[in-house]
Amino acid sequence: MNFDFKQDHFSLFGLPRRFALDAGQLDSAWRTVAAQVHPDRYASAGDAEKRAALMMATHANEAYRTLKSPLARARYLLLLTGVDTREDTNTSMPADFLMAQMEWREAIGEAKDDHDVEALEKLARELHRDAAALQQQLGVALDDAGDLDGAAVLVRKLRFLEKLEQEIGDAIESLLF
Amino acid sequence: MAYSEQVLDHYENPRNVGSFDKGDDSVGTGMVGAPACGDVMKLQIKVNENGVIEDAKFKTYGCGSAIASSSLVTEWVKGKTLDEAMSIKNTEIAEELALPPVKIHCSILAEDAIKAAVSDYKQKHGK
Repeated sequence: MNFDFKQDHFSLFGLPRRFALDAGQLDSAWRTVAAQVHPDRYASAGDAEKRAALMMATHANEAYRTLKSPLARARYLLLLTGVDTREDTNTSMPADFLMAQMEWREAIGEAKDDHDVEALEKLARELHRDAAALQQQLGVALDDAGDLDGAAVLVRKLRFLEKLEQEIGDAIESLLF
Repeated sequence: MAYSEQVLDHYENPRNVGSFDKGDDSVGTGMVGAPACGDVMKLQIKVNENGVIEDAKFKTYGCGSAIASSSLVTEWVKGKTLDEAMSIKNTEIAEELALPPVKIHCSILAEDAIKAAVSDYKQKHGK
């Protein structure tokens, strides 16, 4: 098959280059591409061809994972337009957002100390709502307003929430098992 | 990953944990956060009439290296002028704590926190 490693992930799956995404469309497009490049199809091929197929399959999987996750998709869209989200180096988040982060951490710590799984699950639900609201704002910033700097801030915020989600999950796990 | 002795010392006996009244005129507050690891750091300085930092407090949510970096910085800034505090480099923090490369961002966070605290203080005083 013809496989262009230079084309972006959206083109690879024949999807419009935007944040709003039809998850079902992505899934079926990925299945089609994955089937075309599956290493099993190249079982009797030469080494070079096998290697190429493996690279294509890896690339397709990576592209799928990137588009599937709202955070990774937004980061990737920004990267395509030349905006680095600087999640490793940009430490200047809005003060109220950071205050809220500290409060989240405190609430998680308290619930964990109290062995209160219900409270942790409640926090997880609240976090989920906050994340959904940020994702909606990302859609507006990227697809409608073309506000790339605003979108980069939203990506950094979502990254914090992703970490919180992980911590809540770890806390629940530590209490249940 | 093994922490250095210096990190463990600050982590187990953190210096200057706590906070000042944010509204106090002599207090500068810096809040920073690192998206990649989710660490959040609040660092406050108390400045006397001669422009010298006489006390500092911090509160950090994060890994041992982030806590050690902020603890160390609160010790270092005491007795320093604002300009001297602004010149603290993350490389000095990383070196003092023997941070491995993957933890350098913790020292960057501490440098940014002290800079933010000094800026907040200067802003309050119209400088």
